[in-house]
Amino acid sequence: MKFTLSWLREHLDGCDAPLPRIAETLSAIGLEVEGVQDRGAALAPFRVAHVLEAVQHPNADRLRALKVDAGDGRVLSVVCGAPNARTGMKAVLALPGAFIPGTGITLKTGEIRGVPSEGMLLSAREMGLGDDHAGIVDLPEDAPLGAPYAAWAGLDDPVVEIGVTPNRGDALSVRGVARDLAAAGLGTLKPFAPAPVPDAFASPVRWEIADPRACVFVLGRALRGLRNGPSPRWLQDRLVAIGLRPINALVDVTNLFTFDLGRPLHVFDLKKVHGGALTMRMAREGEALAALNGKEYALTAEDGVIADAAGVESLGGIIGGAHSGCDEGTTEAFIECALFDPVRVALSGRRHDVRTDARARFERGLDPALMRPALEAATRLMLDLCGGGEASEVVEAGAEPDWRRSASLRFERLAGLGGADVPPDEAVGILERLGFAVEARGAERVTVSVPSWRNDVAAAIHLAQAPELPPERARAAAEGCAAVEPECDLVEEVLRIRGLHLVPPVSLPVGTPVPRPSLTPKQARTALARRVLGARGMQECASFAFMAAGAAALFGDAPDALRLVNPIASDLDQMRPTPLASLLMAAARNAARGFPDAALSEVGGGYADPSPDGQALVAAGLRTGHTPRHWAEPSRPVDAMDAKGDALAILAALGAPMAALSVSADAPGHYHPGRGGVVRQGPRTVLARFGEIHPRVLAAVGLSGPAAGFEVLLDAIPEPKRRKRGAADLPAFQPVRRDFAFLVDEGVSAEAVLRAALGADRALIADVALFDRYAGDKLPAGKVSLAVQVTLQPRDATMTDAQIEAVSERVVAAVVKATGAALRA
Amino acid sequence: MTDLATRAASVAPGDELDALRRESVAELAAAADLRAWDAARVGLLGKSGRLTALLKGLGAAPPEERKARGGALNRLKAELEAAVEARRCELEAAALDARLLAERLDVTLPPRPHPPAGAEAGGIHPISRTVEELTAIFGAMGFAVAEGPDVDSDWHNFGALNIPDHHPARQDHDTFYLPAGADGRRPVLRTHTSPVQIRTMLTQEPPIRVIVPGRTFRADHDATHSPMFHQVEGLVIDRAITLGHLKGCLIDFLRAFFGIADLPVRFRSSYFPFTEPSMEVDIGWSRKTGELGKGDDWLEILGSGMVHPRVLANCGIDPREWQGFAFGMGIERITMLKHGMNDLRPFYESDLRWLRHNAASPLAPFSLAEGA
Repeated sequence: MKFTLSWLREHLDGCDAPLPRIAETLSAIGLEVEGVQDRGAALAPFRVAHVLEAVQHPNADRLRALKVDAGDGRVLSVVCGAPNARTGMKAVLALPGAFIPGTGITLKTGEIRGVPSEGMLLSAREMGLGDDHAGIVDLPEDAPLGAPYAAWAGLDDPVVEIGVTPNRGDALSVRGVARDLAAAGLGTLKPFAPAPVPDAFASPVRWEIADPRACVFVLGRALRGLRNGPSPRWLQDRLVAIGLRPINALVDVTNLFTFDLGRPLHVFDLKKVHGGALTMRMAREGEALAALNGKEYALTAEDGVIADAAGVESLGGIIGGAHSGCDEGTTEAFIECALFDPVRVALSGRRHDVRTDARARFERGLDPALMRPALEAATRLMLDLCGGGEASEVVEAGAEPDWRRSASLRFERLAGLGGADVPPDEAVGILERLGFAVEARGAERVTVSVPSWRNDVAAAIHLAQAPELPPERARAAAEGCAAVEPECDLVEEVLRIRGLHLVPPVSLPVGTPVPRPSLTPKQARTALARRVLGARGMQECASFAFMAAGAAALFGDAPDALRLVNPIASDLDQMRPTPLASLLMAAARNAARGFPDAALSEVGGGYADPSPDGQALVAAGLRTGHTPRHWAEPSRPVDAMDAKGDALAILAALGAPMAALSVSADAPGHYHPGRGGVVRQGPRTVLARFGEIHPRVLAAVGLSGPAAGFEVLLDAIPEPKRRKRGAADLPAFQPVRRDFAFLVDEGVSAEAVLRAALGADRALIADVALFDRYAGDKLPAGKVSLAVQVTLQPRDATMTDAQIEAVSERVVAAVVKATGAALRA
Repeated sequence: MTDLATRAASVAPGDELDALRRESVAELAAAADLRAWDAARVGLLGKSGRLTALLKGLGAAPPEERKARGGALNRLKAELEAAVEARRCELEAAALDARLLAERLDVTLPPRPHPPAGAEAGGIHPISRTVEELTAIFGAMGFAVAEGPDVDSDWHNFGALNIPDHHPARQDHDTFYLPAGADGRRPVLRTHTSPVQIRTMLTQEPPIRVIVPGRTFRADHDATHSPMFHQVEGLVIDRAITLGHLKGCLIDFLRAFFGIADLPVRFRSSYFPFTEPSMEVDIGWSRKTGELGKGDDWLEILGSGMVHPRVLANCGIDPREWQGFAFGMGIERITMLKHGMNDLRPFYESDLRWLRHNAASPLAPFSLAEGA
């Protein structure tokens, strides 16, 4: 909300604090100053000047040579290009050295085509006061020569803009801001008790509340004998300063009180009101309102409206209709001062997407006790500004809602909740300055009545308790809330006005001398997965969790349930199925920038459905392009085995039971069908997927391969059991190693051979490693040679040749039986 | 015009075109590879193809027939061209599938014993790094890390936090919605990490001390707003926790995180629906030089307050027995301030050059202060 400094001071007695102190105080007490615009500061060097003579420039068709009385006794020569420069006019003069805000240039003395120019006459745009640059500012005859322009134009009044939080409807008014300032010790709030305007006639229009949902309470008053026209300078200046456009006196007065008192009013032209009644009712389907902002709104049965005999005149609490508004020809008017339901206004305003100053106030809740005084003040000012006239009786419908309530504060809570030792007198003083009235006070506590404008204090409590709570527990918690909330409200009021800097900070007491682990085992494993990938040369990314639905579909399902209803861009409309998808697009962008060889990783969400269980934590990685060229190691394309190595490295580091894992070639469709695999624990539990990326997916994301990636499903990895390691197994005898080469059919997996060999003698065989794989001309077609090294670990005695031979035979027999292999000679 | 040409154009043209269509489709279907497909294409649409010949002959037809026949021929041409293209796609797909099958690798082979050689060491993203530092500092104060889903219910994100449907504060949360589920409610992408406060209070008995780092989403995109960003939330519930503890906890954290022992910290009264009293917190800096802890300016850095009694009650915690505080701050913001980074957008763009410049070493331990 915006206001000017002088406007604010008008509500305060004895507030002589300078602007910076006021701004600092406002921010500290919760009315955050978002900007201070001292328009006068930039205009300070500019003075009112008199053009004594304007003649054609001797050497330029489009310029004039002026003699200008600067007001300081000098007559200056000024060259001016403005078409409206003329002898005798009053204008705004800038002297050399002045900074011209509209152009960003500091003025210098010059000579233009042989004529000296010792100053500059300014347009509105050059002063930074709007877009008008058709000519120089043409001031009225009576503008005082030599006077500072800013003061003359009423621009020397700084404009303050504050952010008002949603709970503080009362602070959407200059008076409300002044009240808070006074409570904080900057001046005292002036009383506001406008004298009633005598009622001279019976109002020709009365109110009807046909539906209490549409309006609770409304006042109105007719005016006649008006001469509406432009409002006076002081009022126009005030509205312009806060960014409003002056319309005419009647409308300007309503806008003034919207900001001055936070009390939106509406004024109808009586001659345009049909029938003798204005009715508060709900809109009917099919009704529309042509609003003051030039837009037409199709109303629903949930919108509260004001209607006359001819139809809807106003969307209650939000915006008036164009048809019945006041213009310069208005001689009879009807003022509306109503109270609307905040929730209904909020929902209507959101439904029609109308943001108005009225809505901002009504949806926060208005002061019901201010309606009559505000109506009197507005009536008086309208009559004063519109050349007299007279006012009718006040007509009304509905009843002022009962806003009176009390709240109690145990002084102990100021320390117990707020952490501040506040003397009770000080606390009570603050509450009183804020308008709370003491009802009862003891040594331990004070009970106050809540002022009509503070609907946020001791308000009705609406809970949204978790449905699964046991009823007894829910009830106790709700009672507890009702018991403490009003007191919390009061603690907050005292603390914020007193100053939060007076609350001494206290370090959190330690619960246990040594803190407990802050990460769960799963969280610790996630951090470990990041480190494993980083240590393997991958750069961690943090991509958007949404992407184009078409791209997401390349990685499996892109369900409608995960399509954003209101995406910010059409290519960010689908929750991604896997972070691998994001990495592929990132790799494509990096390749396009000239970096085709990338190793990217991300530990993040993959989304299968909107339920909490449908959001998996996935460690994904992607390598693209080739390994670097190096003398010691030739460059090669990345491949599925790189991805498998990455995936297994994570699984091993995270404690997955590596010996119990199996790999099969049934990777999902975004992997190469022959070069991708799935790592499982047992028959079903998928721990990871890896492989080269399918060429179709690469083409779709604009990446020219090679690319190999993996996804480790972190949630699926079982938590390792907390087992003691026990003593290390350190046999006293040397291990024995024997190599075997098997000829197998191409379809036989290496895993099958290794497993069979390992299982040949579980007691003796410590390890089996594949060290060669050969397929080629020297072998029969469709055959592959797999060579393994078997490590035997004797425990009781050194092995004899016969024992070794026997185990070897068992190894060969087991592999032959399991895979149909033949031992190569 | 010869009689022959006239007859060709006039004798049962429909049958003739039908036959061409049938034969061409059969020929395309019979083409088993791209070479056979190309022969079929040339035979039909090539310079001396059958359809091309018919089109050429059109000029010889009488004007009154030309129009009807021309139309029919052009429709057929479009149809056959589409069939030719479709068959090409089929054959190419089959060729690709055959090639991929031939490239089959035994995926059960043990991988190489080392990661592929890389020109550069890998790195940890600055967001992850900051989360680890936060965890270390708050961990020393006895906080545990809690997490929750990115897609959450309206109730967790708003209702339980005392932000009812009509609340003006909802306007400040530009919320992303997903389609309504079976219950008629639209799930949301959480607009803050605060729903995890609710989840924590519903699953843990007080006393509670958790921080919640995580992804958050708002429908806002410009130089200083990203539709996805990261927050860390803090929640302390105990019997005698006051606003003084909140101030102490935040001052201790901020000074440790930024590594400035005397960093000025300022508290301003504010409002959030889920805390009361509420405070915004500023740190001292110099607008001119951007240096933290120097100069006379203030920079807003986080929001905080005592947990609102309604939030406790919504979770079944009796506010007469328990009270506490909560706070939330932007992880990118404190990361940018700490490291002098000037632009938010590259955090999410995965530009290798930016990542290499800003990443933390995966092997570096993190200490409590300054993240070492």
